[in-house]
Amino acid sequence: MPVYEAVIGLEVHAQLRTESKLFCACSTRFGQEPNTNVCPVCAGMPGTLPVLNARAVEYAVMMALAVGCRVNRVNVFARKNYFYPDLPLGYQISQFDLPLAEGGSVTIDAGAGPKVVGITRIHMENDAGKSIHSQAENVSFVDLNRAGTPLIEIVSEPDMRSPEEAEAYLRALHSVVTWLGICDGNMEEGSFRCDANVSIRPVGQREFGTRTELKNMNSFRNVRRAIAYEIARQEDLLADGGAVVQQTRLFDADKGVTHAMRGKEEAHDYRYYPDPDLLPVEISETMIADLRAALPELPAARRARFESALGLPPEAVAALTADRALSDYYEAAVAAYDEPRKVANWMLSEMLRRLNDTGVGVADCALAPEGFAAIVRMVEEGAVSQKSGRDMFAALFAGGGDPEAYAREHGLAQVSDSAALEAAVDAVLAANPAEVEAYRAGKTKLMGFFVGQVMRATKGQANAKLLNEIITARLG
Amino acid sequence: MKVSPQEVARIAALARLGIDQDRLDTFAAQFNGILDYMDLLAQVDTEGVEPLYSPVDGPTRLREDKAESRHSREELLASAPETDGAHFVVPKIV
Repeated sequence: MPVYEAVIGLEVHAQLRTESKLFCACSTRFGQEPNTNVCPVCAGMPGTLPVLNARAVEYAVMMALAVGCRVNRVNVFARKNYFYPDLPLGYQISQFDLPLAEGGSVTIDAGAGPKVVGITRIHMENDAGKSIHSQAENVSFVDLNRAGTPLIEIVSEPDMRSPEEAEAYLRALHSVVTWLGICDGNMEEGSFRCDANVSIRPVGQREFGTRTELKNMNSFRNVRRAIAYEIARQEDLLADGGAVVQQTRLFDADKGVTHAMRGKEEAHDYRYYPDPDLLPVEISETMIADLRAALPELPAARRARFESALGLPPEAVAALTADRALSDYYEAAVAAYDEPRKVANWMLSEMLRRLNDTGVGVADCALAPEGFAAIVRMVEEGAVSQKSGRDMFAALFAGGGDPEAYAREHGLAQVSDSAALEAAVDAVLAANPAEVEAYRAGKTKLMGFFVGQVMRATKGQANAKLLNEIITARLG
Repeated sequence: MKVSPQEVARIAALARLGIDQDRLDTFAAQFNGILDYMDLLAQVDTEGVEPLYSPVDGPTRLREDKAESRHSREELLASAPETDGAHFVVPKIV
């Protein structure tokens, strides 16, 4: 039996974070009452005409530039014809032979080193509505709130060879669209979704095998699981002397399997043709130059810089660049206190824990990055204890404020003055001669007792590390 | 002949049109007549001519990204053959 390799390509749909729909002024807000963000244009009423959303075009061009695509200065909307009740026009307005952009790439690392995955094209299109199927009645309910929402479809080259590479590619795209702020990246709500084309071929063969298209995978994990299942299914088919049938298959996340869509639903022949309602889209050189100049430093570049310039380990870099707001916050904090590793440790422990617990985004955290940096510095310099630093962070995270002032007001300042601490230690030792005797005789557990006494005398403000050193020296 | 009667049947099915079997030949002949006529264009030398996507000059107009609500759900659903007051109700899809 030959050894097979998988060939995987992804089609990713990202909903653009515009206020209004692609061709009409209806709101794109998610979770509204059914059919409240609908007008005659997105309901497909006869006689209506589409007018293109300028920001959607900008966002699409930003993505194209971010992944190194060539932007087609003239691109054309085309009608993709099929019938489905949540597609009121009877066609999707998409792009076909002249898409917005072509020929880019992203670099991924699925564990075996960097690998370039090609991007064939990026085009703009509008989304369909949603159908809700009644179990009880013999009807379906159609909600057109989502109909007409702007999407970009990003089509990859068939460059991926494993489920892990497919996941890494999807994560890379996800990080770019959310970093640019052009898509909220929410996979559960469907604002970032992916179909996978999967085939296998004997290693060494150049021709592709027959592919299947996988749909209905709404998390990174499910994309990986669905592709892994599908590769194994195709291998089993060929091993048993069967053949792969070209078809669309749906992933069932509960059972972890894919199954074929019914034939009727996939009998597609879209008969694309240029949409006569829309003139060609022209992208000017000025627009491209302006958008290129305004592009932020992208995640890959920032990761490289964090590793080389700040000397952070790869895991810390990955966590700190998972999200642009977090990454920006960290940078601002390091600008205020130039100890990249120490600030990183606080970000990855205290900050991430609190963000997770509260569900607050770092952008909404009341404590400014400079304040955060000040807390880290105060702990590092011994001005407050680690515990006080944590408590102070917890309080200021929600309410904001100046850590120095907070420490003063709440008496958190540590006594790190050796002379003062030595005096307090001497007083405690003098008052407890029996314990001192016992300690010197080998009962070293009494260390805790002495520390406790000095802490009580200093109202808990003694620098614990320094205190230990002084007591050890005195009793030594 | 470019378009066969079978192809006419397929195109009709894709367009959800019912068509009598005995008219497939008639339509195929008409389709082919139209295509032959359009083929006249192939005789024109279009070397160096940019494709024309519309007889209207200039690029598409763009709209500022601003959300507005001008229609109530009641108005929209008023033209639907069947609704439950919130949705368009259609024959069961799956």
